[in-house]
Amino acid sequence: MAFEARAKVLDAEDLNRIIRRIAHEILERSKGSDELALVGIRTRGVFLAQRLGEMIEEIEGKPVAVGALDISLYRDDVATRGASKIGVTEIDFDTNDKKVVIVDDVLYTGRTIRAAMDALMDFGRPQVVQLAVLIDRGHREVPIRADYVGKNLPTSGNEKVKVLLEEVDGIDMVEIGEEREP
Amino acid sequence: MSEDGNGHRHLLSIADVDRDFIISLLDSARSFAEVSTRPIKKVPALRGRTIANLFLEPSTRTRISFELAAKRLSADVISFSGSTSSISKGESLKDTAKTLVAMGVDAVVIRHSSAGSPKMLTGWVDCSVVNAGDGMHEHPTQALLDLFTMRERLGYLEGLKVAIVGDIDHSRVARSNIHALNKVGAEVLLVAPRSLLPQRIEGMGVDITGSLDEALGWCDVLYLLRIQLERVEESRFPSLREYTLQYGLTQTRWSNLKRKPLVMHPGPMNRGVEIESSVADEVESVITGQVTAGVAVRMAVLYDLLGGSHG
Repeated sequence: MAFEARAKVLDAEDLNRIIRRIAHEILERSKGSDELALVGIRTRGVFLAQRLGEMIEEIEGKPVAVGALDISLYRDDVATRGASKIGVTEIDFDTNDKKVVIVDDVLYTGRTIRAAMDALMDFGRPQVVQLAVLIDRGHREVPIRADYVGKNLPTSGNEKVKVLLEEVDGIDMVEIGEEREP
Repeated sequence: MSEDGNGHRHLLSIADVDRDFIISLLDSARSFAEVSTRPIKKVPALRGRTIANLFLEPSTRTRISFELAAKRLSADVISFSGSTSSISKGESLKDTAKTLVAMGVDAVVIRHSSAGSPKMLTGWVDCSVVNAGDGMHEHPTQALLDLFTMRERLGYLEGLKVAIVGDIDHSRVARSNIHALNKVGAEVLLVAPRSLLPQRIEGMGVDITGSLDEALGWCDVLYLLRIQLERVEESRFPSLREYTLQYGLTQTRWSNLKRKPLVMHPGPMNRGVEIESSVADEVESVITGQVTAGVAVRMAVLYDLLGGSHG
């Protein structure tokens, strides 16, 4: 299957503005960065969480805890879909009584977030858990919604949203397109 | 890792697997190692799967390690040994295995004194089989955890110089390690008296020496094997004292080394035979580290077999 882009949805500047806005929204809702922690879902959520963390530090003048979550072992479709390559979970801070914001690139069925919440709860009992996503493309299969959304992007089921980030892809960009048989 | 006609994956020997399998397993073992450091040391990856530990030869650490690995993946585990099961009533391995599978087991982890029994088992049962040590043949998960430990401690495997010391002939641990180290591009030097080396061992792509001191000057990793005390009775070597003098890691040898290698041992150690007790105390953290790595590596193996990673 090859991805065929139909339109560019966001460029590097748009992405930067979104990160800045969401950082402010998180700080507004959490009343500052005390007790705040960001946890990105591997792979691209981790980089978004790091960027949000840097932005929050820039605004507040003090660092915020950032972690990485790999949810492969919590998926509900291991049996049917097959196990993917497993990444390392790095949460080297105490999550008890923290205000944790889960960060991911695309919110789609909601199953990834369901798995992420299960994984997160194995590390402790946060005071609050919230969700920040860059793109919400709809089509939820479980009752989950995001607290902070970069961009709502209504899609059809056979469309695909592709998020490219500097850290892994060498460029910041979000595209919408379709999977085609080559 | 081999796959049978019914789509079940097995881990029977290191000779069967390729370099890529070994490396990707070591990579994922790193993630599983992290699970064991959490406050809640359990992930739901194999929820609803059942694993039977069939240990027909004495074993403490391997059996417990497999049991913990399965439990930390949320699989259900049934463990039984030769003395407490119908095996002691003379039930054959085949019937025991068939009984297990009739009860809906997804994988059998087997330790047996006969080489090749795990392989035979795959022909009888409709589930995955993991070799946890078969006679003098192989002990694949031990080799994987040893490589994991080497890689985590020293950072690389390719070009690593590993000296294996002791009773190579009777050692399935040595056999699996030689295969594994060869596949990842490490160099292997065997250190043993001729009477403890198998015939035609050179064909396995290893060098041989009778001098521990020569090996100590060369190696990055010194892998000591357990000397089984009954080998003295078989006249494989004159006495334990004689063995220790020539092949034991004594305090004098150890203190004289300028560049100290990583010392590893599959356990249980015979203090005063292959390693002097004071040296054993000094290097103990690596050896207990091997035990910790064992759980992570076995989690990775069970997940690979039962997680459906290949369809």
